[in-house]
Amino acid sequence: MSDKEGEINMSCSTKIISYMHQYLDEEIEEENLKELKQHLDQCEECATHFHELKKTIALVQSTSHIHAPMNFTENILDRLPEEPKRVRVKRWLRHHPMLAAASLFLILMVSSLMSAWNQDHQFSVSKQPNILVENNTAIVPEGETVKGDIIVRNGDIKIEGQVEGNVTVINGKKYMASASQVTGEIKEVNEVFEWLWYHIKKTVTDFTELFSNDDMKDKNSLPAI
Amino acid sequence: MEALVKKRIQQVLKGDKNAFGDIIELYKDKVFQICYRMLGNRHEAEDIAQEAFIRAYVNIHRYNMEYKFSTWLYRIATNLCIDRIRKRKPDYYLDAEVPGTDGLNMYSQIPSEGKLPEEDVESMELQAMIQREISKLPEKYRAVIVLKYIEELSLNEISEILELPLGTVKTRIHRGREALRKQLRYV
Repeated sequence: MSDKEGEINMSCSTKIISYMHQYLDEEIEEENLKELKQHLDQCEECATHFHELKKTIALVQSTSHIHAPMNFTENILDRLPEEPKRVRVKRWLRHHPMLAAASLFLILMVSSLMSAWNQDHQFSVSKQPNILVENNTAIVPEGETVKGDIIVRNGDIKIEGQVEGNVTVINGKKYMASASQVTGEIKEVNEVFEWLWYHIKKTVTDFTELFSNDDMKDKNSLPAI
Repeated sequence: MEALVKKRIQQVLKGDKNAFGDIIELYKDKVFQICYRMLGNRHEAEDIAQEAFIRAYVNIHRYNMEYKFSTWLYRIATNLCIDRIRKRKPDYYLDAEVPGTDGLNMYSQIPSEGKLPEEDVESMELQAMIQREISKLPEKYRAVIVLKYIEELSLNEISEILELPLGTVKTRIHRGREALRKQLRYV
C-alpha cells in the first residue's frame, strides 16, 4: 500500500495533492483550481485520491452529534470549590444589613472584653494608700480604714480592717478577719463568663452614671460627711 | 450569545456560582464532544470535560474578555485531553482504541427481535469504526481534525485555541486528512 502511495506522489507532483488540500480548505486560487480540475480529468489515481479525501471528511462529519451525560452540570457545580469567604460574607452583608450591624457590634464588644481578659493576668490592686501587698495578696491591715472601692485582679485579698466601699476579687479569694467590716458589696469573680457579666454590668452602670452625673455627685459626697 | 456569556462571567467574577451553571449548560455538549472524540470513550470524556469546566471556573479571572469565551474554554479542554492521552499507559492506550463500545454493547445486547432496525445497528457500527480511526491519529492531528470537522470551527479559531500559527494548523489538517484517508479508504 505504501508503495502505491509512493507511486502517486512520484507520478503526480505533490503540487496537485497540495492543491487538493487548498481546495478542501476553501483557499485555492482560481488558476490552481483550473489546473487541479484538468489534472483530475486526466489522472485516475489522483481522482481516486481526491475522492477518498472527500469521502473521509464526509465520514468524519457523519459521526452523529453526541450530548453530555445526564446531570453533567449538577455534578460540576457540586465539585466546584467553595466561593471565597470574602465573597460569601459580602453577599451576606448585602442581604442582611441590620443583622450585620448588630453582629458587628457584638463582635467588637466581645473581642474588646476578651482582649481585656487576656491582658490582665498580672496581679493588680486598686491604688489606695493604706493597702499592703504581700505575694499577690492585698491586705487591709487591722485598724486601718480604706476609703473607696477595692478591685483585686489575679490575687487574693485579706481584710483585717475596714473598707468603706465595694470589694471585688477577680480570679482570687477573699479572707475576712472577724473584726473586718465592709460597708459595700463583696464579690468574687472567677469564671470568664461571670467576669464578662460583671464587666457588662459595670459598663451599664458607668453608662447610667454618665446621664445622672449630678445625682451621683450628691450620693458620693454623703459618706464624707 | 457572547453578550449573554460575558454577563454571566461578570456574575461569576463577583462570586456567583449559579451563573457558572448557565455557562456549563451552554457549552457542555460541545466540550463533551471534543473530549469524547479526542479520547474515544465516554467515561474519560466525562471526567476530562468536568475537569475543563472546573479549571475554567477556578481561573475565570484570567480569561480575557476581548476574546471569545469558547476559544478559551476549548483551549482548556483540548490541552487537558492531550495531557491525558500522553499520560496513558501503553496497555490502557490499547484499551482506549476500542471506543464507543459501551454504546455498541448496549445495543448489541438487545435481542434480534428488538425494536432497533438493522440500519441503525449498522450505523452504530460505522460510527464506532470511524471513532476508532480518529483515535488512532497522533494527538496533534487528532485535535485539529476534531475541531475542524466535528466542531466545525474555522482555521483561525483552531489556531487560537491550540495557540499555533495558522500555517502549522493547515499542515496538521492536511496530514491528518491524509492519515485518515489511508485508514478509511476501504470503508
